[in-house]
Amino acid sequence: MANALLVIENLSKRFGGFVALEEVNLSVTRGERLGLIGPNGSGKSTLVNCICGTLTNESGTVQFDGQQMDGLPAHQRTRVGLARSFQLPRPFPSLTLLDNLRIPLLYTVQARSGLLRSSGDVDTRCAELLQLVGLDGKANRWPGDLTQVEMRKLELARAIAAEPKLLIADEAMAGLSHTEIEDILKLLARLNEQGITIILIEHIMRAVMSFSQRLVVLVSGRKIADGPPDQVVRDPEVERAYLGQ
Amino acid sequence: MHNSTFFVAAVAVAAAVFGISTYIGNDYIYFAGYVVLQYIVLATAWNILGGYCGYVNFGSAAFFALGAYSAVFVHKFYPLPIPALIVIGGIVSGIIGFGMGYLTLRLRGVFFAIATLAFAVVLQTLIINWDYVGGSRGAYIIRPSDFPGLGSYIEYLYLIMLALAVIAVTTARVIERSRLGYGFAAIRDDELAAEAAGVPTLRLKLLATSISGALMGMAGAPFPYYIGYVEPASTFGLAYAVNSIAMPMIGGTTTWIGPLIGAILLGTLQQIATVTISSVVNLLLVGVLLVAFVIIAPNGIVGLVQERLRARGK
Ligand SMILES: Nc1ncnc2c1ncn2[C@@H]1O[C@H](COP(=O)(O)OP(=O)(O)O)[C@@H](O)[C@H]1O
Ligand SMILES: [Mg+2]
Repeated sequence: MANALLVIENLSKRFGGFVALEEVNLSVTRGERLGLIGPNGSGKSTLVNCICGTLTNESGTVQFDGQQMDGLPAHQRTRVGLARSFQLPRPFPSLTLLDNLRIPLLYTVQARSGLLRSSGDVDTRCAELLQLVGLDGKANRWPGDLTQVEMRKLELARAIAAEPKLLIADEAMAGLSHTEIEDILKLLARLNEQGITIILIEHIMRAVMSFSQRLVVLVSGRKIADGPPDQVVRDPEVERAYLGQ
Repeated sequence: MHNSTFFVAAVAVAAAVFGISTYIGNDYIYFAGYVVLQYIVLATAWNILGGYCGYVNFGSAAFFALGAYSAVFVHKFYPLPIPALIVIGGIVSGIIGFGMGYLTLRLRGVFFAIATLAFAVVLQTLIINWDYVGGSRGAYIIRPSDFPGLGSYIEYLYLIMLALAVIAVTTARVIERSRLGYGFAAIRDDELAAEAAGVPTLRLKLLATSISGALMGMAGAPFPYYIGYVEPASTFGLAYAVNSIAMPMIGGTTTWIGPLIGAILLGTLQQIATVTISSVVNLLLVGVLLVAFVIIAPNGIVGLVQERLRARGK
């Protein structure tokens, strides 16, 4: 626990009468690669939204890097080092790809560390990030010109741009080709080697299994399994949840 | 272009405009020009909140009136030079803009717009019932006939509004190219995503309502001296609210030049219509043009030009 980066305790979230998350407890160690799986509608994205402050949870607490997150607006959580990609990409449509990445660079990296003072530095970093996700050459295009898959890559690049301590990729690989998935996995592994903790939410089991050191399963808003991936997938309750679909 | 270079260029343009106006030397130029310049300030101010951040303010007239009535209030109390009144009007409107933002910015889209309209109605009611500044009867301000060193007093007012236009347009342009401007654009496009990228959306929106309100109040402060008689119905007039929206929409809302183009075009057109037809057709003219643009060119004149350039680039 001493080395825990993220500690979630008894987190519950409801939408009206519908309970989307129920008493979720989860702790993520510094430097870990965690896979988070679960059937559609099990509450994975809602959990991400509660961690990052996009939604407010009714009860429970989120602690990140030793700091209490409860009550903090999303932008402050991003500044302390939480970044996520949205499952349904939410680009800034009136800004070019370069300027889309400029936002987190100006408002997170620059605001936090005072790095990237000159606009030339920011431009260079934007270009690097686009190259990282294979969108170089489209720097001066608009999100509207992108395919859905490219939009996912932009979404991931924007999260990486914030230079987070914890990166949450919410189904960033859906629709990607085999080699593209390999590329993204390699990129995430590289970021992880640089010390970034990663939560990977994915339906593509091959990707999750090869990437994750630990696997957590959500079903109907409850955590039903948490442990080494090969053990978790053989867990009878997990099998039942997936076969029941 | 660097910000300071831009400012110098804007001053140079303004000086040239003033030079041409004095060369013509007709008071009518000053009276009509003042109105067009005033709309440049109002349209630019509206656009900082409406165009950059995407929050449509229907209450521009109230901020304009706040500036005008601040001047009336101070004038009754102790007459100060107009530049000082502009500063006071700007501060009052800026503070009220901040307050309005604080109360309404949790609302989005059409609900925010309705709230600003309600705000304008409330403020107008307060002024109507405030005797010290004339209440519903209005207040007379005696305009001096000349200004030492210049010529007629209207020439002085014209010069002042010219300076305000330079300040407003330069402010808009500085914001647009700054971190603040990118934050505003992110808010306009997607507030949730902006927050997730680290943009403090509430703080930025409050800044926008304050800056926008302040500039509108500054535009209103010299108005009592221009018009000579201030009363609520015309100071809170529909024309201010409608023009402040229509001019940026017709010019284009994403850059500083859009409101400038829109205000010059529509403002001049209205001045010509007032002389040649009647002042009643003004709003009709604006209405028809606004509808036409919303349908045919929703991104305004600037948008049309950009599309052309983009199409040629491909
Ligand atoms: N903003 C919302 N309002 C109401 N219900 C929601 C909202 N967001 C998610 N839900 C519901 O919460 C449940 C969990 O959704 P979600 O977290 O997106 O699941 P997952 O990401 O695991 O597919 C779903 O039943 C979904 O319909
Ligand atoms: Mg989801």
